[in-house]
Amino acid sequence: MITLAHYLTLGAVLFCIAVAGIFINRKNVITLLMSIELMLLAVNTNFIAFSRFLGDVSGQVFVFFILTVAAAESAIGLAILVVLFRNRATINVTQIDDLKG
Amino acid sequence: MTFPLISFYLFAAITTFAALAVVSVRSPVHAALCLVLTFFSAACTWLLADAEFLAIALVLVYVGAVMVLFLFVVMMLDVDIDPLREGFIKALPVGLAVAIVMLVEMLALIGVRSLQVPQIADPALAAGMSNTQWLALALFNQFLLPFEVAALILTVAIVAAIPLTLRRRSGVRMQNPAQQVRVQARERIRVVKMAAERPAPQPETTTP
Amino acid sequence: MILSTTVLLLIVLAPLFGAVVAGLLRNVIGRAASAGVTILGVAVSCALSLLVFYQLVWGGAATYNHNIYTWFEVGPVSAHIGFLVDRLTAMMMVVVTFVSLMVHIYTIGYMADDKGFSRFFSHIALFTFSMLMLVMSNNFLQLFVGWELVGLVSYLLIGFWFERPSAVYASLKAFVVNRVGDFGFILGIAGALYWFGSLDYANVFAAAKLPSVAGRTVEIFAGHPWSVATIVCICLFVGAMGKSAQAPLHVWLPDSMEGPTPISALIHAATMVTAGIFMVARMSPLFELSETALSFVLFIGATTALFTGLIGIVQNDIKRVVAYSTLSQLGYMTVALGVSAYAGGVYHLMTHAFFKALLFLGAGSVIIAMHHDQDMRRMGGLAKYMPITCITMWLGSLALVAAPGFAGFFSKDAIIEAVAESHRAFSGYAYFCVMAGVFVTSLYSFRLLYMTFHGKERFVVEQGGHGHHHHHEPGHLDHPPRESPWVVTVPLILLAIPSVVIGWNTVGPALFGGWFGGSIQVLPRNDVLAELAHGFHGPLASVLHGFTQWPFWISLAGFVVATWIWLYQPSIADKAAKALRPLYNMLVNKYWVDDLYRALFVGGGQALGRGLWKGGDAAVIDGAINGSSALVDRTAGVVRWVQSGYLYHYAFAMILGLILLLGGLWWTLAHAVA
Repeated sequence: MITLAHYLTLGAVLFCIAVAGIFINRKNVITLLMSIELMLLAVNTNFIAFSRFLGDVSGQVFVFFILTVAAAESAIGLAILVVLFRNRATINVTQIDDLKG
Repeated sequence: MTFPLISFYLFAAITTFAALAVVSVRSPVHAALCLVLTFFSAACTWLLADAEFLAIALVLVYVGAVMVLFLFVVMMLDVDIDPLREGFIKALPVGLAVAIVMLVEMLALIGVRSLQVPQIADPALAAGMSNTQWLALALFNQFLLPFEVAALILTVAIVAAIPLTLRRRSGVRMQNPAQQVRVQARERIRVVKMAAERPAPQPETTTP
Repeated sequence: MILSTTVLLLIVLAPLFGAVVAGLLRNVIGRAASAGVTILGVAVSCALSLLVFYQLVWGGAATYNHNIYTWFEVGPVSAHIGFLVDRLTAMMMVVVTFVSLMVHIYTIGYMADDKGFSRFFSHIALFTFSMLMLVMSNNFLQLFVGWELVGLVSYLLIGFWFERPSAVYASLKAFVVNRVGDFGFILGIAGALYWFGSLDYANVFAAAKLPSVAGRTVEIFAGHPWSVATIVCICLFVGAMGKSAQAPLHVWLPDSMEGPTPISALIHAATMVTAGIFMVARMSPLFELSETALSFVLFIGATTALFTGLIGIVQNDIKRVVAYSTLSQLGYMTVALGVSAYAGGVYHLMTHAFFKALLFLGAGSVIIAMHHDQDMRRMGGLAKYMPITCITMWLGSLALVAAPGFAGFFSKDAIIEAVAESHRAFSGYAYFCVMAGVFVTSLYSFRLLYMTFHGKERFVVEQGGHGHHHHHEPGHLDHPPRESPWVVTVPLILLAIPSVVIGWNTVGPALFGGWFGGSIQVLPRNDVLAELAHGFHGPLASVLHGFTQWPFWISLAGFVVATWIWLYQPSIADKAAKALRPLYNMLVNKYWVDDLYRALFVGGGQALGRGLWKGGDAAVIDGAINGSSALVDRTAGVVRWVQSGYLYHYAFAMILGLILLLGGLWWTLAHAVA
């Protein structure tokens, strides 16, 4: 029998992998964006599980909206990335520190 | 051990390993492909949770559109990977430590609370409809305004992405409608008053 | 018969029209037209004023008191523009417009070579408008507006030659000193509004007589209850002290002689400075309620009358002598107000307007002849060069020293006798002051005449030799002095006529016949003029009686002394100055009042300003602002190291926070379950 705990554990594992990905790939923006997608997937998995096991439709509705916003976010993020690469000829995060205080 | 549980473990394992590959492989193209796999197998676990609509949507929208966009960008940008991999090994212990701490905390939380949740039947079936119908009823009744707002956000994202990436190349002939509208008649034609004929050039008198 | 609103509006607006046209269009219409339009405006105003005067006095017209326009209404308080035209007003209107008209005509000659010709005409026409607004007002607010407007025009005209630093300082001084007075004035208006509940004269006078209001007292200093009428009257009179240049606010008037002479005649002798006198007379129903305020008025007036006259004796600038004489005569008017002889004060105002304007314009005529040199030590013997000026000046001076039969005699004599009749506090002091003042007046008046028109010529005429070197040295003229043109002499003659004869027909009704009717109200127990009326048997009798009285003999003594010293033995003046060195110094330095003010108020103000600048502004405000910005700067300098600009540092911070949050949640929940 699949329980809520199974899904939550899967979500937690995915999330932690994403966190670790952010840490170890800290220079590569593309991988950073992918890690963020992984985090969103983990969260969505949690929402789905709660919706299923608590019998509440709102969880799935939220997943729907998260997907929407995440799609918009990736589109904009990738557009920025393209512009960034065009202007700086790099996507190395360590060289992008114009906001350094 | 039931068949759904075995399937779940299988998909969960694929998801986990694919995710690990995403953050660890060297080539961004491979990472993106691994991400596709992660999403796909995660969608399968969603199917096991009776969320058919969202599982299909995840595959269609994410794998079909967003991930292709990722691949497209990754391939378009001629990225030099080596400098980006610097510090990978150095950061690994910290990243692993943080991730493991978080995982332990989360699992502890899950262990504390989720055991208390009772098992119930599929709520959509209990309501006598399919998952898609169940979701659609909520979406178009209860969440209509957020739904419309989400549509607007997507539109804005599309519109925003275009000018961000738009590039004016020099040396390309193009029309400027604003200038065309502003033009005045006297800029197109200039009337010049001049004699209808020119006096014939006088032959130069040469002294012998 | 009713006065026509249209006519009254025309009287006020005709000069304004002239002023606006001449002021705004002066570059379009030129010099002659701007002079023409203002003179026309004032002439219309003068003619219609005479018509109104005729209608009121002989046509039996009723007093006009109507509001024409409502400015605003706030709760029970309403502000109007309205006219109160009774005999007092009509007399002032005639005096103002007539003297103004004379001055306008005179200005054509006096300012002929000045490049500010049109501007000058615009300003004096504006002055006429403002002064008419002041005297014709039927409420305090309009009075105040007119009051400030004449002050403004006075400021503009004193500083008319704004290239001269002395003129700029003098205009500033006049403005600032008048502000001091106006502060009291506006307090008085506010007090009237607060306690009497209205701005209209009629309502205020009616309310002030109510027992509930009349008995009210206020303790300004603990334990000394003051009646509200006293407070209001003293505050109003402080305004009059500023405007009518009463001690100790008199310091601006002598300096105002920096302005062109026609202005000195019109504004600083005949009309504006008498606004205070007029105002107190207008407020007579209010002042009658307060014995204290009247005593205060009497004391101030008497002090001014004597002590400013004394300064006039030692002045050498011809205009300043006349200016100090004006101060002294204003003191006389104030004394008359102080003993409740309001009609006497106003009557002296009227006669004084004529002969003082005459004296100023005559002085101006002399100044023209001397090429704008005003020092009497470089004049003398001018009588044979400019006979008309000389004769008219003599007539004006005789009127000033109250020679029996001249205009000044009737008014000043009445004031002196009224003081003698009064039993108010300070009336003894005032009697001494006005008596001594008679001698002083006589002394400086004849001194002026002798130094200017008689005796040795103390200027040098250099015939033609130096070509066009005008004004190269004071006291050196390149041609003999000439009589002034007709535009100058005609106003002199026209002003000389009333200076001589106006007393004969007017003294009876104005002082003793209740001519002013309801405009001036005196309580029976204060009515000193009624006492004098018992001894009045027509002007001729009073002239003959005048020859037997002390003032005449005192005045004659002054004449003899002046003749002896300045006509025959000029060296005596220097010897006297040496012998009485401290006294002489005191007079030359004007009792050090200016120096005191400069040290006290100017110095104090500067010290206060410097203190606020260095201490308040630089140290506290700048310190607080610069200090806080420096604090922000320093804090930000430390905090900015947190902002590395690296994305993963921010992500790391977020995740650390998440870990802590999760740990906290776990810990709480674990305990809750357990």
